[in-house]
Amino acid sequence: MQWLNVIIQGVLVGGLYAMFAAGLALIFGVMRLVNIAHGDLIVLAAYIALLATESLGINPLAALVIVAPVMAAIGYALQRGLLNRTLGDDLLPPLLVTFGLSIIIQNGLLELFTADSRRLAAGDIEVASFPLIEGVSIGVLPLLQFAAAVAVIGGLQVLFYRTALGRAFRATSDDPAVAQLMGLDNRHVFALAMAMSLAVVGVAGVLLAIRTNFDPAIGPARLIFGFEAVIIGGLGSMWGTFAGGIILGVAQAIGAHINPGWQVLAGHLAFLVILAVRPEGLFPKVQG
Amino acid sequence: MPEPLLELRALDAYYQDFQALFGVSLDVGAGEVIAVIGANGAGKSTLLKSIAGAMRSRRDAIFFAGQPIGDWPAHAVVAQGIALVPEGRRLFPSLSVEENLLIGAQLRRHGPWNLARVYELFPALAERRRMPAPALSGGQQQMAAIGRALMSNPKLLLCDEISLGLAPIVVRDLYARLPSIVAEGSSVIVVEQDIVQALKAAKRVCCLQEGRVALTGLSTTLTRAAISAAYFGT
Amino acid sequence: MASPFAVKHASRSSRIGSAGFAIAFVALVAAPGFAGRDDLRLLSEIFSYIVLASLWNLLAGYAGLVSVGQQAYVGLGGYVLFAATILAGVHPLIAVPLAGIAAALLALPVAGLMFRLRGHYFAIGTWVVAEVFRLLASQLSALGGGSGISLPAGMVIAMATTRQWREFLIYWLSLALLAAVLGGIVLLLRSRYGLALTAIRDNEIAARSNGVDVWRVKLAIYVAAALGTAMMGALIFLQKLRISPDTAFSVNDWTAFVIFITVIGGIGRVEGPIIGTLVFFILRRTLADLGSLYLLMLGAVAIAVMLFAPKGIWGFVAERFGWHLLPLERRLRFAADARTK
Repeated sequence: MQWLNVIIQGVLVGGLYAMFAAGLALIFGVMRLVNIAHGDLIVLAAYIALLATESLGINPLAALVIVAPVMAAIGYALQRGLLNRTLGDDLLPPLLVTFGLSIIIQNGLLELFTADSRRLAAGDIEVASFPLIEGVSIGVLPLLQFAAAVAVIGGLQVLFYRTALGRAFRATSDDPAVAQLMGLDNRHVFALAMAMSLAVVGVAGVLLAIRTNFDPAIGPARLIFGFEAVIIGGLGSMWGTFAGGIILGVAQAIGAHINPGWQVLAGHLAFLVILAVRPEGLFPKVQG
Repeated sequence: MPEPLLELRALDAYYQDFQALFGVSLDVGAGEVIAVIGANGAGKSTLLKSIAGAMRSRRDAIFFAGQPIGDWPAHAVVAQGIALVPEGRRLFPSLSVEENLLIGAQLRRHGPWNLARVYELFPALAERRRMPAPALSGGQQQMAAIGRALMSNPKLLLCDEISLGLAPIVVRDLYARLPSIVAEGSSVIVVEQDIVQALKAAKRVCCLQEGRVALTGLSTTLTRAAISAAYFGT
Repeated sequence: MASPFAVKHASRSSRIGSAGFAIAFVALVAAPGFAGRDDLRLLSEIFSYIVLASLWNLLAGYAGLVSVGQQAYVGLGGYVLFAATILAGVHPLIAVPLAGIAAALLALPVAGLMFRLRGHYFAIGTWVVAEVFRLLASQLSALGGGSGISLPAGMVIAMATTRQWREFLIYWLSLALLAAVLGGIVLLLRSRYGLALTAIRDNEIAARSNGVDVWRVKLAIYVAAALGTAMMGALIFLQKLRISPDTAFSVNDWTAFVIFITVIGGIGRVEGPIIGTLVFFILRRTLADLGSLYLLMLGAVAIAVMLFAPKGIWGFVAERFGWHLLPLERRLRFAADARTK
C-alpha cells in the first residue's frame, strides 16, 4: 500500500518533469538547439510569478495568465536577438552562449532577490487531498499539476500535427533551406518555437514555485531532470518524453522512499542505466 | 513591347571565392516558357537559386515585375510570386503529401491554384494525400514538388531538373502538364539536362557554358550544331 | 634515400615565445626565494586555472568533446587524495598521482556511457555524471558526508616540517604539474596523434575516412584530461586542507570560470587558456568586490566574445599577426629550398 502511494507520488511529480522536458525537446526538434539556460529560465518564471503575486495580490495559479505570455515574449526576443546568431553547423556557439546565459540569469536573480528560499502560497489547495482507496490519498495540487502537464503535452501534439504553425515547425526542422524557399522566414519560425518553449517553461515555473521552495541556484537541477526525461523517453516523441518524465519521477520517488538522501541520485542512476542499456530511449521515433 | 516579367542584368554568382556565373543577362516575358540547358557545372542550378533568393546577388542584377530583388531573402522573393521546384525534389520528409502542398500555400497568395486544382492536375497525388512524402515514387514526388510550388500561385515557376532520375515516360507525363500550368498564368523557366525535352517544351532556349550565356534563341530556329557548339564550348 | 621535405615546427615568433616561457619558468621556480606567501598562493591558483583550462581546451577545442562536467574529476581527485591519506594512511604526495590514476580508470566506463551521447547532449550528460559524483561524495560519512572533512594534522606535518616549506612544496608541485601538462600538450600536438586531433576537429567524417580511429583518439584524450584534471584537483584541495562535496564539485569554480577563460583567451589554441587565465585574474583583481555581478559580467563577456570574436583574444592576434608563442606550426621545407626563412 505504501508502495502504491510512492508510485502515485512519483507519477504526479513526473508530470512536472515531463513539462521541463517538453520545452527542451521542442526546440531541439525544431532547431537542434539545446538550451543550457532552460532550467534557469524555469526559475526566472518562478520569480516573475512571485513578483506578479506580490505586487498584484493574486493567487499564483491566476498568475499563470501573466507569466506564460511574458515568458513567451522573452523567448521570442531571446531567439531573435541572440540565439539565432548562434545557429549553424558549429556546436560550440549555441552551447557556450546558452551556458553563459545560464550563469547570467542565476547571478542576476541572485543580485535581485538574494539567495533566500522562496515559495508561492496557493492557499488551502496546497494541503487539500482526497482519498483514492484505503490508505492512499492524492493531493489536489499535485493532481492539478499532473493534469496541467497532460494538457500542455497534448496541446503541443495538437499544435505540431494539426496546425499550420506546427507544419511550419516540422518543415523548418526537416529542411531549413527549402522552408525558406516556401516562404517561411526561419528567423521568425525559430523565434516562435522558442516563444512556445518558454511559455511551457512559464507554466512549469509557476507550478514548481507552488510545489517547492526555490532560489536562484536550483535551475541546473531542473535542466538535468528535463534532459534525463528526454533521454529516458527517447528523442522525437512528445508522449515518449512524457513517459520519460513519469519514469524519472517514479525512480526518484522509489529512491526517496528507501532513503531521503537518495532521491535525486536514484533518478540519475535510472538515467545512466537507460543510457547504458537502451541509449535511443524507451520510445524513440525514428527521425532524421 | 511589354516589360519583361523577369530581367536578369549581368548577374554574377559566387560560392565563397569561386565564381559560378559571369554577367548572365536574360529576359522572361509573361506566359513564356524558357529552357536553360548546359553541361554539369555550367551554372544552371545556381541561376535558379539566385533568382529564387536562395543566393544573394546584387540588388539591381535581378528585376521582377519592375522591382529590383537581387538581394532579397528567399521568403520575400516567394511572396513576390517566384516559386522554385528544387533540384532533387526535396519534399519535407516529416510531412504528408497534403501537408507538403499546404506548406507551399503558406503565404496565401491569390490565384487559381489550390489543393483541389493541384489534385486535378496530378490525380496520383490525390490518391496518396495522407501518405508520408518519402513513400512516393520518384515521379510522384516530382509531381508533389511541382504542386507544392504551384500552391504559392507564382507568376514565375522555376523547375530545376525535374527529369532527373525519372523514366522517360514519366518525364513525358510531367511535361505534358506544363501547358496547363502556363495556361493558368505562370511563366516557367525549366532547367534541363534532357535537351530534346527542353526544346519541345520551351519556346526559347538559353544555353549556359561555364557560367556564361553561350547561346539564346527560339527553339524552333536553333540548329543542332549551334546548340552542340554552345553546350560543349567548341 | 632522404625524404625530399622536412616538417618544421618553429617560427621566429615561436622561438621568442619559447625563450620567454623558459625564462618565466626559471623565474617561477625561484619565486619562493623572493615572493611572499600570498603571492605564491596567487601563483598556484593561476597555475591551476591554466592547467584546468588547457585540459578543457584539449577536450573541447581539439577533440570536439565539449564537457560541462570536468568538475567531476577535480572533485574526484580531491576526494581520492583525502580518502587515501585519511583512510589508508598514504603520504599526501604519493596520493596525488594516485588520484590521477584513479580518475583515469574511472574515466573509461564514464566515457563508455557518455560517448553514446552527441554534441549538446554529451555536454549535459557529463554534468549529470559530475552531479552523481557529488551526491555519492555527500553520502560518504567516512569523509564527512555533506559537510566535508579537513586534512588531519598528522598528514599535514608529514608533508613538510614547517608551514613555509609545505607551501613551497605545494607551489613547486603545482608548477611541475603545469609544466608537465603544457609540455605534454605541446608534444602531443606536434606528434602524429596531434595531427589526427586537428583532422578530427576540422572534419570528423573526413578524418575517419582517412583511417583515423576517431573513437580511440577521443577516448585517449578524455582519459588523459581526466588524469590531469584529477591531479590538479588533488593539489588544489591539498592546499586548501579541507574538502566538501559542494566545493569539490562546484560548477562555477571548476567549469564556468574554466570555460569562460578558454573562450575569452582563444579556444583551439594552446596559448588561449594561458592568455585567458591572465585576463581573468587581472579582471578579478580590478573587479574583486562585485561578487555575483562579476560572474554575471564574465558570462556576458564570454557571450560577446563567442558571437563577435569566436576565436578569442589569442585567436584574433594569431590570425592578424601570424604569431605563435609555442613551436606548433607545421611548415614543409623542401630540400631544394635554399632559403633559410
